[in-house]
Amino acid sequence: MKRFLPLLIFLVLVLFLAVGLSLNPREVPSPLIGKAAPAFRLPLLQDPGRSFGTEDLKGKVWILNVWASWCTACLEEHPILVEFSKANVLPIYGLNYKDKHEDALKWLSEHGNPYAMSIEDGDGRVGIDYGVYGVPETYLIDGNGVIRYKRVGPVTPEILQNKILPMAKQFRG
Amino acid sequence: MKIAGALLLLMLYGIGLAREAPSAADDPALENRVMKLTSDLRCLVCQNQSLADSHADLAIDLKNQVRSQMRAGKSDAEIRNYMVARYGDFVLYDPPFKASTLLLWAGPFALLVLGLFVLAVYLRRRRRLVETELTPSEHARAQALLHGESEKSQ
Repeated sequence: MKRFLPLLIFLVLVLFLAVGLSLNPREVPSPLIGKAAPAFRLPLLQDPGRSFGTEDLKGKVWILNVWASWCTACLEEHPILVEFSKANVLPIYGLNYKDKHEDALKWLSEHGNPYAMSIEDGDGRVGIDYGVYGVPETYLIDGNGVIRYKRVGPVTPEILQNKILPMAKQFRG
Repeated sequence: MKIAGALLLLMLYGIGLAREAPSAADDPALENRVMKLTSDLRCLVCQNQSLADSHADLAIDLKNQVRSQMRAGKSDAEIRNYMVARYGDFVLYDPPFKASTLLLWAGPFALLVLGLFVLAVYLRRRRRLVETELTPSEHARAQALLHGESEKSQ
C-alpha cells in the first residue's frame, strides 16, 4: 500500500489537471439562463427609421445572434447560420453589436443574410444587458421571453441540431 | 545618429498616442470611486485583469456604465448587483460564499486540515519507533558490532 501512495497522489494530480485543462475558461456560466430576456427596442439595421423589439416576438421561439463585421469568429459561423436559415425552422434575429452602420450592411451583402431582421446596438448597451462579452454569442429565447440557452463563440452545426433545435421544439410544444 | 533620430521619432509617436483621460479632471472623487469599485470587478474579455486595469472595449464601456450609474446616485452595492445580474458571480474578484463557491472558499482549509492530520499520524508513528528500547543483550551485541568485532568471535 505504502509503495503505491506516490503513484496514487500522482494519479489524483493528473485527474485534477486533466479536468482543469479541459475546461474552457472563457465559458462563463450565464446567470441569465432561465431568466427573462432583457427587453430592448432598437432601430433596424436595414431601415433605421423603423424599430424592433422583444415585444414584437412575444409567443415566438427565436434565436438571438450577436454579431459584428469586425468580429472574425463571426465569419466562421456565418455560413452555418446562412445554411440553417434556409431550412426556415427557427428565425434568427441579429443584434449588430458596436458596429459601423455601413460596414454591417456591406458585411451582410457580401456574406449573405441569415437574419429575419437585424437591429443595431451601436453603443453596446443592449449587449451589456445580455451579458455579451465575446462576440459572436447566440441565445435561444422561448415564447414567454425566457432565455433557455446561451452559446459564447461560434455555433457549430452540431450545437444547432443537437442542442438548440431540440430545446426549441420542447418550448414550442 | 540615425538610431537616435529613430528613437526620438518613436518617443514623439508615443506622446502623440497618449491621451489624457477626459473624465478624471471633472470629478476626482467620483473617479476615485469608479476606480475603487472596478478594481474589484473582473474584465470578462481579458480575464486576469480587473475592469479598472483593462483597456478592452467592453471594459471601457462597463467603466462608463459604472460612472454614469454613480452619477445617477446608485450605491456601490447596487452597481455590483447590476454586474452580477449580467455576468454572474464570475465578475466579482471577491465572490460570495454559497453552495457553488463552497469548494473555492473551504477547499484550502480542508487541505490544511488534511495536511495537519497526515503530519500528526506521521509524527505519532515516528515517536513509536524511537520509543522501542533495546534489551541489555541487544545492547551488548550492538556495542560489539560497532567496535568492528564479528559476531562469531564472541
